[in-house]
Amino acid sequence: MATIAQALRLALRYAETGLGVTNIFGQDVGPPLGGVFTVTQGLAHAWNTPLDERGIIGTAAGLAMIGVPSVCEIQFGDYIFNTVDLLRLVGNTCWSTRGQFPMPMVLMTPVGAGIHGGIYHSHSIESLLTHLPGWKVVMPSNARDAYGLMVSAVLDGNPVAFLIPKALIRGGQAQLPGEPQDVGPLITTPVPARAGWTPQWPPVEPFCTAIGPLSVVTRGSDLTLLSYGRMLHVTREALQSQPLGERVELLDLRTLVPYDRDALLASVARTRRFLVVNEDSSMTNFGEHLMRVVHEALPATRMRLLAARHLPGVGLSQVLEDHTIPTAADILRAVEDLLAT
Amino acid sequence: MLSPELRQRIVRTMVESRCLEERLLKMVRQGLGHFWTGGPGEEAFNVCVGALLNVGRGPDHDFLLPHYRSSAVALMAGVKSIDFLRQMLGRATDPFSRGRNFANHFCDVERNLGPVSSPVNSQFVFGLGTARAQQGRNGITVVIGGDASTQSGDFASLLVWANRPEDPLPILVLVTNNGVGISTSYASQHAEAHIADRARPFGMAAATVSGMRVDETYAALSRAFEHVRTTRRPYLLEAHVTRLWGHSSSSSTAALPGVEDPLAHEVIPESWWADTRARLLSEENQVLAEPHVTPESAELDVFGEGRPWPPLLRR
Repeated sequence: MATIAQALRLALRYAETGLGVTNIFGQDVGPPLGGVFTVTQGLAHAWNTPLDERGIIGTAAGLAMIGVPSVCEIQFGDYIFNTVDLLRLVGNTCWSTRGQFPMPMVLMTPVGAGIHGGIYHSHSIESLLTHLPGWKVVMPSNARDAYGLMVSAVLDGNPVAFLIPKALIRGGQAQLPGEPQDVGPLITTPVPARAGWTPQWPPVEPFCTAIGPLSVVTRGSDLTLLSYGRMLHVTREALQSQPLGERVELLDLRTLVPYDRDALLASVARTRRFLVVNEDSSMTNFGEHLMRVVHEALPATRMRLLAARHLPGVGLSQVLEDHTIPTAADILRAVEDLLAT
Repeated sequence: MLSPELRQRIVRTMVESRCLEERLLKMVRQGLGHFWTGGPGEEAFNVCVGALLNVGRGPDHDFLLPHYRSSAVALMAGVKSIDFLRQMLGRATDPFSRGRNFANHFCDVERNLGPVSSPVNSQFVFGLGTARAQQGRNGITVVIGGDASTQSGDFASLLVWANRPEDPLPILVLVTNNGVGISTSYASQHAEAHIADRARPFGMAAATVSGMRVDETYAALSRAFEHVRTTRRPYLLEAHVTRLWGHSSSSSTAALPGVEDPLAHEVIPESWWADTRARLLSEENQVLAEPHVTPESAELDVFGEGRPWPPLLRR
């Protein structure tokens, strides 16, 4: 069983051994740390950059312009805001150059709350990124999708924002094809023991998860509940505690751009109720876009968005975080309210 | 050493560049185009840059990251003047941007001429990536910015990243210093005597020269190119140039009296001017007959086609 961090490490190992990726970089991405969440431990082509997000995005963009795909990391999504104009340029370069310069690059960054990260380690940025045309945006909720989507992102040949729900990085376990049961000790080591250490890469059978299709987590008849990332797990656990299972169809969006419009509408057409749960702040939330799409196609749908409060940040105190981000109780209340109408 | 043949080609391209800017600006004034910004005053410098580029596609050739006053580089590198007219007129034949971008925002993937972006500082950080791809290869990256763009953090990023002790980059940083950013004077914003002085703390090779005369400029650029090619380390060259026609068509484009003109230093046959102007007018008439972009074409090129998929990869 691999965690999301381990699955990403294995996917990046495949990227550098099988897909020709020779640049995996960001702050503390190379030795000795291998990423603050150990995602890049032991990789042959992982290297450390200056503490400079614009340099990181600029380097990935320049590599892309000359036709060299790469994977870069912004250490936390919270620190991406000073690169927004570069992200916009990356997103419009293929278009503004008549397709001469497609931009093969993967930008991975941990996002979301759930680790007591306070104001600057809890941001969700998917609403920002989905507002940048020319980018694809994915967010896995488990290790299998993390591996498969990373392989697809590297192969995509376009800018792909790979959002990692940080509270799940050391969780979200799944068995990968060919992977031994205890992959962790083979490819993970504590920093103090790093000298002379080399990972024992297990024989994982490479696979990809297509960018686009959503995943149906549970089938249900009366409510389509769409979520992704960490909130998918919060939602599933909340529902498991209640006798609502057969009534709620739980969808894991996985790809936010380009999202699976057809599957979403097919589900809502059956259930006639729609709930979006995410942890980005509520104003101009990506979920509002999905609600508009559903409303235009299926106007009679009863729907609701459950997102974080529109506050300047997620406070450090658990009391404040619970007040700001939807909790299991909030989700159950929203589900019950919608099912009652 | 500049051969007589190459020198003549440089001067002819300077004339072509000036006539092209003249034509583009006239098109705006005639209501045919929407906006102009360009590089009159920088011709000697830019054409010499183009003369020294190792032109071609991929990391074994030089990669240019220009700004919007750099079109003379592209002309010297082989880009056709008519394509600039196509961009100005938003025609479907515009090879740079399919009618989407401002005039003089050229690019050419086959010649490693990277896209001009209106944010004038971003090329400094994009160059970090192209230069990285050229480590261990034959090409170098050439990035051009104006004096005002060096006030941005991206210029500082470039200096840090290009000079990392164990990982220096083969990048030639060219700063065309015309002494003004739109309307704000250089003197009011810069405490440093020369922009090239900012290389000193990094131990980075640098020089400040005049970019107004062909022979002096070519010699300085030759030294700079050679340094980067042979040492695979960065070089910062600041060249003093002039801005003859103002920032853009949105400000005054009147030629300012007493401002040095690089073309005034050359003995140029009148026929060169007349022939070039006539050719450009003919090209304009040709482009005017070409089809406009269609509304539907805006939907094209949002994404590229992607990389070949490994045949055995499970989906």
